[in-house]
Amino acid sequence: MLVLLRMSLNITTDSGTLVEAWSVATYERLLSDPYIWRITRDSLTLSAIAASAAILLSYPMALFLFRSQSRWRGLLAVVAVAPLLVSGTARVIGWLVILGDNGLVNAGLKALGFASIPLINNWAGVRIGLTESVMPYAILALLAGFGRLDPRLEEAASTLGAAPLRAFCFVTLPLTAGAIGAAWLLAFVLSISAFITPHLMGGGRVFVLATEIYDAATQTLDWPAAAALSVYALLLLLAFGVAKLALDRRSAA
Amino acid sequence: MRLTPIFAALGYAFLLAPLAIVVLMSFSDDPYLNFPPHGFSLRWYAALAVNVSMRDAASTSVILAASVTGLSLLVGVPAALALSRGAAPPVVAGALSAPLLLPTLIVGLGLLLVLQPLGLVATWPGLALGHLVVVLPFVVRLMGTAFAALPPETREAAATLGAPPWRGFLLVTLPMVLPGLIASATLAFLVSFDETVISLFLVGPRLVTLPIALFRYTESRTDPLVAALAVVLIVVSAALVLVVDRVAGFTRTVARS
Repeated sequence: MLVLLRMSLNITTDSGTLVEAWSVATYERLLSDPYIWRITRDSLTLSAIAASAAILLSYPMALFLFRSQSRWRGLLAVVAVAPLLVSGTARVIGWLVILGDNGLVNAGLKALGFASIPLINNWAGVRIGLTESVMPYAILALLAGFGRLDPRLEEAASTLGAAPLRAFCFVTLPLTAGAIGAAWLLAFVLSISAFITPHLMGGGRVFVLATEIYDAATQTLDWPAAAALSVYALLLLLAFGVAKLALDRRSAA
Repeated sequence: MRLTPIFAALGYAFLLAPLAIVVLMSFSDDPYLNFPPHGFSLRWYAALAVNVSMRDAASTSVILAASVTGLSLLVGVPAALALSRGAAPPVVAGALSAPLLLPTLIVGLGLLLVLQPLGLVATWPGLALGHLVVVLPFVVRLMGTAFAALPPETREAAATLGAPPWRGFLLVTLPMVLPGLIASATLAFLVSFDETVISLFLVGPRLVTLPIALFRYTESRTDPLVAALAVVLIVVSAALVLVVDRVAGFTRTVARS
């Protein structure tokens, strides 16, 4: 990490050679570049969308696993986090088949007489892929947060005559708000640092902070820029990490 | 709430769709990844078996994962033991778990910047060192839990009965943490075998791991070969977890920590 910080203070000359220095020139160059602000905004928006979608999809799963008395519960819980053991690339390939121009979704649309819609090599594909890739973490975080949910409170609500939907909105949802917040932040932070999905699903047309760091390090070989971008991304993540800690502490109290 | 199971099923469908599709497509008979496949065959598995670069990458991955597993146990077990007995300052524990919290992309870049001046990029030692950084936290954590669960009396009893510390460790402590040891080794192997992002920075033209071969292939082409390869990776991971689970209760051991 220190090497990273040191490298970010070096500068590259216009001819692309690396010069040892103690300079903030690389930071100045990056921060004055509107492009960096745009990809920061794009990264944060993408991560917020993916995290929200992941929570929406994961919440019923976690609630189901939490309440279930079935003997399949253990198996279902393992299945929910099993994708973690599978390489991210393999899952991206699955999405490429589902969303590709000749993929499952577009073949279905064509069969129904609709025009096909491009779903890969663009933001839509990255959003879908990223949502799926952070879901197992969201489920784990939600389940951990549900530990303090007392099922008797929901029973009490229904005994008092509340319809299930009403009981959910006024009892279950507020009680699990802390868990939702913590899981959302976890999914959000993981989305910001995700690289494989934006790189492969974006097909070189989607630019986020992570792909930018990778390109600077391996394609343009601008190591000071890659290091400075990493420090910048770490600071962003740190800010959200502090927010998560604060939230954890509040929901634990 | 009868709606919960329905929405939960939707979530499961979304989560597992890509995996199901990959398995289905790996049996496709078509030259491209299109859906639905026009026929089914094992031709892509056959193509995979004779693909020299994939076979090289596979052997690299297996050897690398095995060496990283051995090294991580060699380093991680004493570290976990020292930490669990309070013989090491908490700073060490923090340093050992830091790579878990940092984005792997940034860890990879840091490793590249450190290893490049040493001439270790695209070499076996460099790659093994990089993997060790991400694997160690898992080993230390699992073994820490295993050591913490041991009653200290067992060690004292061994000492009282006249066993020197190393003998007590080998004959008493080690057999008692065997499930944890097996689980650590499995997890270390799996993490190293599946590691993609850090390897991306550290591989070279003549040293490529299987996930990197898969990644690069996906970047350039899309034919069912990648699906077949992905299935092979999935099956290796799943088989390893299942076998070890039977032998040592892997899921229980991992879930406890």
